[in-house]
Amino acid sequence: MNWQGILVYAENYSGSINRASFELLGKARELIPKVGGDVYAAVVTNKESVERHSKELVAFGADKVIVYTVEEMLLPNPVVHRAALINAISYAKPKLVLVPATPWGRSIAPRVAAAIGTGITADCLDVYIDENGDVVQVRPAFTGNIIAHIKTLTNPVMATVRPGVFPLPQPRYDRKGEVIVRDVGVPNADRVKVLGVSKRKAVKLSEAEVIVAIGRGVKSKEDVKLFEELAKALKAQLACSRPLVDMGWMERDRQVGFSGSIVKPKLYIALGISGAPQHIAGMKDSKYIIAVNIDQSAPIVKYSDLVVIGDIYDIAKKLLHALKSSQF
Amino acid sequence: MDIVVLIKPTPDITKVKFDVEKGVVERSSATLEINPFDLYAIEVAKRIKRLFGGTITSISMAPPHAEPALRDAIARGVDRAILLSDKRFAGADTLATSYTLAATIRKLGHFDIILCGEKSVDGDTAHVGPEVAEFLGIPHISFVTRITSISRDTIVVEADFGDAYYEVELRLPALVALSRPVIFKEEFVEPSMPRVSDVLRAKRARVEVWNADALSDVANASRFGLAGSPTRVVKAYYALEKGRNARVVRGDEGVVAILNALRELGVVL
Repeated sequence: MNWQGILVYAENYSGSINRASFELLGKARELIPKVGGDVYAAVVTNKESVERHSKELVAFGADKVIVYTVEEMLLPNPVVHRAALINAISYAKPKLVLVPATPWGRSIAPRVAAAIGTGITADCLDVYIDENGDVVQVRPAFTGNIIAHIKTLTNPVMATVRPGVFPLPQPRYDRKGEVIVRDVGVPNADRVKVLGVSKRKAVKLSEAEVIVAIGRGVKSKEDVKLFEELAKALKAQLACSRPLVDMGWMERDRQVGFSGSIVKPKLYIALGISGAPQHIAGMKDSKYIIAVNIDQSAPIVKYSDLVVIGDIYDIAKKLLHALKSSQF
Repeated sequence: MDIVVLIKPTPDITKVKFDVEKGVVERSSATLEINPFDLYAIEVAKRIKRLFGGTITSISMAPPHAEPALRDAIARGVDRAILLSDKRFAGADTLATSYTLAATIRKLGHFDIILCGEKSVDGDTAHVGPEVAEFLGIPHISFVTRITSISRDTIVVEADFGDAYYEVELRLPALVALSRPVIFKEEFVEPSMPRVSDVLRAKRARVEVWNADALSDVANASRFGLAGSPTRVVKAYYALEKGRNARVVRGDEGVVAILNALRELGVVL
């Protein structure tokens, strides 16, 4: 039987499987009655972790886990993962292949699509089966301004899916699944050498619950401290729009927007950010948005729930004062 | 070094207007310019050329009215600009686009390194770079935030894998897709406006326009454009039309409003 079932690529280059892979397994379980066949997970791992990772993937929804074992050293090598995913697709012949739209996934998946000559849709926000039984992929384009629904005419349908759009399923460690160990030759792995981690991320904004973000309204690098203090008082992560990264005042890991992180916290407080489309694309799905700006005609006003017209320094200081004093 | 830069002419996302009903760009508002991410690829190409000599060739696939964007590329330092423009290329998705770009690079013959932006502001996919590399059978690395070192045979970069930045060495020829901001050795790469004299020179320069026939000996024409594209947009709409109807307050009243919101959301007790 050909082109049945769903294959989830479980992202594991660091020794632990990326959470987004489990979200995709949850989605795969939801879609599988309409697609038919099994839910597969394909994972590259070192020998010692085969059992742990297989159990995890089954618990989160895989019927069959296709495992490729490699030496620890080759685990973060994209060449190996590319070859493994191609091998897993030719073995399972799934209707749909889901890959987390992380930087890693968006680097591996398109190569695989090109290698097997199938269509791929990037950074999807949803995947559903329409009344004809076709897979439809929903994705943003034009820096988040347009939403497009896309079908793929070739098999398998491949999609990278934005982390965090599907809920993390409840793992069930009593689920039964089959583990298939396969081998993958590693052609030309020496053309790409991963020398190691050069820098950990300062922060993972995509997982923050509360974000205090600053923009051009901040007048000097020293002033960042005031807003850092405010973020701390709110147990929030400090973030920023692009200009502050370009000026070297903030680290790039703290940038929200199209070229930074896409976030959707419970609360997003934008201080002195006018709201360029590239910034809006990164934060518009936040549950509650507060904007403080001197200019009521700033674009961010339209996307906010509460807008305070005023000086961000003045407001930040007064907020800090109130948060620290008992009167509040 | 023979350096290839992939440049996508894209509409200025801060100015472009959308047809809210159809979910498409209003054509008249969409003057094409160099995709902002690709400006960094041009700057890095110039730095590599400064170190090793050689030529910078840019390749773009776009309608004829993208020509001014290519002149801008020439003004910024590209030696040779190729515009792939033909009705047969139209409607291409990432697979067909990458196939066509790869065929063009093959047609050029020798190359040492291909540079591009990590993604475009209109397509948002980040998929074309890796797909081009696959079609050419060369290694690639995406989301590169730093070029640590480069020799005639290898390049060492720092790339964002998602959880951390990794140091990666690639043997050339290879494709490198750049993030922004990006660091070249120790220096922040910042695209600068071209000088007036370069703009004037670019006005007189030749932009080579290639049609599908120009690739007939290196590609299968049935893989170009819509015919070669396995994905189809079945529906599109404008996503930002709904505002949130913000409550607007001023000054100290604003401080109270924020504190109340913080309490309601359970951020503070």
